[in-house]
Amino acid sequence: MIPFRKAFAAVAVVVPAAFLGIFFLYPVGSILVRGLGADGLNRLVELPGRSSFRGVAWFTLWQAVASTVLTVAVALPGAHLLARRRFRGRSLLRAAATVPFVLPTVVVGGAFLALFERLGLNDGPLRLTRTAGAILAAHVFFNVAVVLRTVGTFWEGLDPRVVEQARVLGASPAQAFRWVTWPRLWPAVAAASSIVFLFCFTSFGVVLVLGGPTRATLETEVWRHAVFRGDLASATALALVQLAAVVAMVVVTNRLQRRRAVAQRVVRRVPPLRASGRLLAANLALLGVVLGLPIAVLVERSLIRGRSGGGWGVFTLDHYGALADRLSLLPVSALGALRNSLVFAVVAAGLAVVVGGLASVVVVHGRRTVARAFDLGMMLPLGASAVTVGFGMLIALSEPPLDFRSSRWLVPVAHALIGVPFVMRVVVPTLRGIDVRLREAAATLGATPARVRREIDLPIAARALAVGAGFSFAVSLGEFGATSFLPRHPDRLTAPLALFRLLSQPGDALRGQAMALAVVLMLVTALSVLAIEGWGRRGTVRGDL
Amino acid sequence: MLRFRSVYSAVGLVAALLIGATSCGDDDASTTVPVNSGGPVVTEELAAIEAPATTTAPTGPVTLITHDSFWVSEGTLSAFTEATGIQVVLQTAGDTGQMVSSAILTVGDPLGDVMFGVDNTFLQRALDADLFEAYESSALSGVPDELQLDASHRVTPVDFGDVCVNYWIDWFGDDLAAPTSLDDLTDPAYADLMVVQNPETSSPGLAFLLATIAEYGDGWEDYWAALRDNGVVVTASWEDAYYGEFVSGGGDRPIVVSYASSPTAEVIYADPPIDTPPTGVVTETCFRQIEFAGILAGTDHRAAAELLVDFLLSPTFQEEIPLNMFVFPALATAELPPTFVDFVELADDPHEMDPAAIEAHRNDWSERWTEIVLR
Repeated sequence: MIPFRKAFAAVAVVVPAAFLGIFFLYPVGSILVRGLGADGLNRLVELPGRSSFRGVAWFTLWQAVASTVLTVAVALPGAHLLARRRFRGRSLLRAAATVPFVLPTVVVGGAFLALFERLGLNDGPLRLTRTAGAILAAHVFFNVAVVLRTVGTFWEGLDPRVVEQARVLGASPAQAFRWVTWPRLWPAVAAASSIVFLFCFTSFGVVLVLGGPTRATLETEVWRHAVFRGDLASATALALVQLAAVVAMVVVTNRLQRRRAVAQRVVRRVPPLRASGRLLAANLALLGVVLGLPIAVLVERSLIRGRSGGGWGVFTLDHYGALADRLSLLPVSALGALRNSLVFAVVAAGLAVVVGGLASVVVVHGRRTVARAFDLGMMLPLGASAVTVGFGMLIALSEPPLDFRSSRWLVPVAHALIGVPFVMRVVVPTLRGIDVRLREAAATLGATPARVRREIDLPIAARALAVGAGFSFAVSLGEFGATSFLPRHPDRLTAPLALFRLLSQPGDALRGQAMALAVVLMLVTALSVLAIEGWGRRGTVRGDL
Repeated sequence: MLRFRSVYSAVGLVAALLIGATSCGDDDASTTVPVNSGGPVVTEELAAIEAPATTTAPTGPVTLITHDSFWVSEGTLSAFTEATGIQVVLQTAGDTGQMVSSAILTVGDPLGDVMFGVDNTFLQRALDADLFEAYESSALSGVPDELQLDASHRVTPVDFGDVCVNYWIDWFGDDLAAPTSLDDLTDPAYADLMVVQNPETSSPGLAFLLATIAEYGDGWEDYWAALRDNGVVVTASWEDAYYGEFVSGGGDRPIVVSYASSPTAEVIYADPPIDTPPTGVVTETCFRQIEFAGILAGTDHRAAAELLVDFLLSPTFQEEIPLNMFVFPALATAELPPTFVDFVELADDPHEMDPAAIEAHRNDWSERWTEIVLR
């Protein structure tokens, strides 16, 4: 046994470290060093003195904070519903909430603009079009799933009897939440919030499409300087500021999570209560507005022919039929692109689960310094700009033995880098929450070590791993930024890139097909997430110890 | 130290997923374009670019780096392979800006052998970075002089097209005629009708700014102040302008900065089919964009790369350009498909600007533009 343990300890540390080192730290380090060499250091020193920079930095920060707070506020009631109540369509809602994740911003942006117009929010005192409000609304739309799912999964594992005891002792529902549920829930909320914050902090498409031309974040500025102005030095300076802010943020939230982690008892799951009609209705209405309306606009657009020029158009399914045909604009049919995306997503999710799973074990059970380094390092890819990662890979991974820059595996690897933090943010709180006494009790009652692993550790971890896998899968299906920087064979067009191509020329047929592809992408995501999580759930124990 | 008991099971799961994941991928990394995929028949004009009978025959495969908008019919590139025996590997690298930036970062150790798609707004930046090796293709004799912007032939023109103001025809009529010039657009009669792209984030946006600078010289700042006062809307990208604000995409503005070929695309991709385009082009507002190919410095396949550049100027390739990329072939004798020429209006005297002037001033201009229009 001992050699195996040692071997595992080594693998658990080396595999994630090598993955992060080769595909993130080394490339990003290379491009930053190159940029600093090209006068980047001077630019960095000048930055704080420039009022335009201060404006961008301030906007980046406050919109990310506001988006995160809003997202948590909108998602918590839904997370409660998913965790604690039984109702028909529960798993469907769970999967449906993941859908926004894969939608390319160019499509979502269009849907939001159309929605604002229809709701009369495009003008007047309540105008949202081309405002920071539009950015916040879209960020909530994209990220509600993160909170809903990660917090919901964790919440489900909390022992509800503690709350019941508090209630019996006279606590009001609000008091019970404040003093009993919230402290236990906090690590998961912090974990989800940190992901949402990083996503919003590095938001790109949403800011450009919905914020109007005057709004910029550090991410859009890095891109503008690196790509459009050819000013690597300034781009590097901005990227360094962004990275420093991300490191600071992750260090703080990791500390918060650790301090407040509470062991949970999970094994005997009390059957969830049947949801009351009012509670269900209120929750569904909220999610319906936030998630449902923009999606409904997309679905409607995919089913209408010839609305251009303000006419009304007719209902049709033809756009869906056309997905299998290859247009002259695309190297493969839209369905072919979808197939590419699925292959990439399977590989990316597999990589993310392996790397993220191992890294989670190290974070929870490993030596303290290593654990903290992993907890910080693995989050960084979420907060680094796509330009930095993409260009970094180009210059760093060019020499044998790391000659990967033209490899087809680079795209799923880049996707997996973003998937790993998701896996970890679900798995780590869960692993931390496994009560030592539970395993000791099982052993006392005569369970063999193997049975303890099988009946306690695996079900709990499998569930979290499956949720993480589902997210990585969805992240990969929808990823656009880093993908667009990596050289690739045109036949390996991904669905988001195909969608972008379709919208690069005028024509109602192209727009119809783009919308149909977006809807199919959503359906595929929902079904995949359902399947992946169904698989994870199969391992759940129901018996008593 | 790790506490292992709790993690055996996780390892098992992880291993299972890993196996499941890797078994889904297929073969090797770099793929070559398939030969014999039923493309156009190799005609005698290809004989001209057949491998010269020297002692060292050109070897491949040759890698063609392009932007995302590049595509030609399947089989076009295998016509090259049939004629020369050289395989072509295609690699796309984002939009033009991304492609040029990545090439500059990897200069001397290029991602491929030939790059296609650098345009006149990025040309000087690419030349300043010594991206290309000079090569004067014999096929240049069929290309008009005004397209050959680099006298030392570091790049070879392959296609061109115009960025122009487009309008929705039905919106205009007896009450208000469609605009015909840049001046019209500042006329209060056209207030709140126009949408343009930010030149800091969009290639057509930059082209239109350059058109106004070419037209008004130092007066361009006043022109844009007038446009701003006339209620112009600015979007980040072409997609947001055309599909978000312009009438065609369901918006309410009937004037947009787009391409000279956009009306053609409106017809070709119409649904249901239409006979005439719903949009028109204001030819007085056009800026000419020329796309070039060049042999990337440091290539290991110089001879094969030369043949590929020749092929890009061959009728076989040139005649593929219009309906796949919605621009005009550089080769004057290339035949244009009727569906393409019927509705496309090419400006007789488009606005143009020296690439060196563009590179020298673009950052200053776009900064001034931002101050005038957005602040």
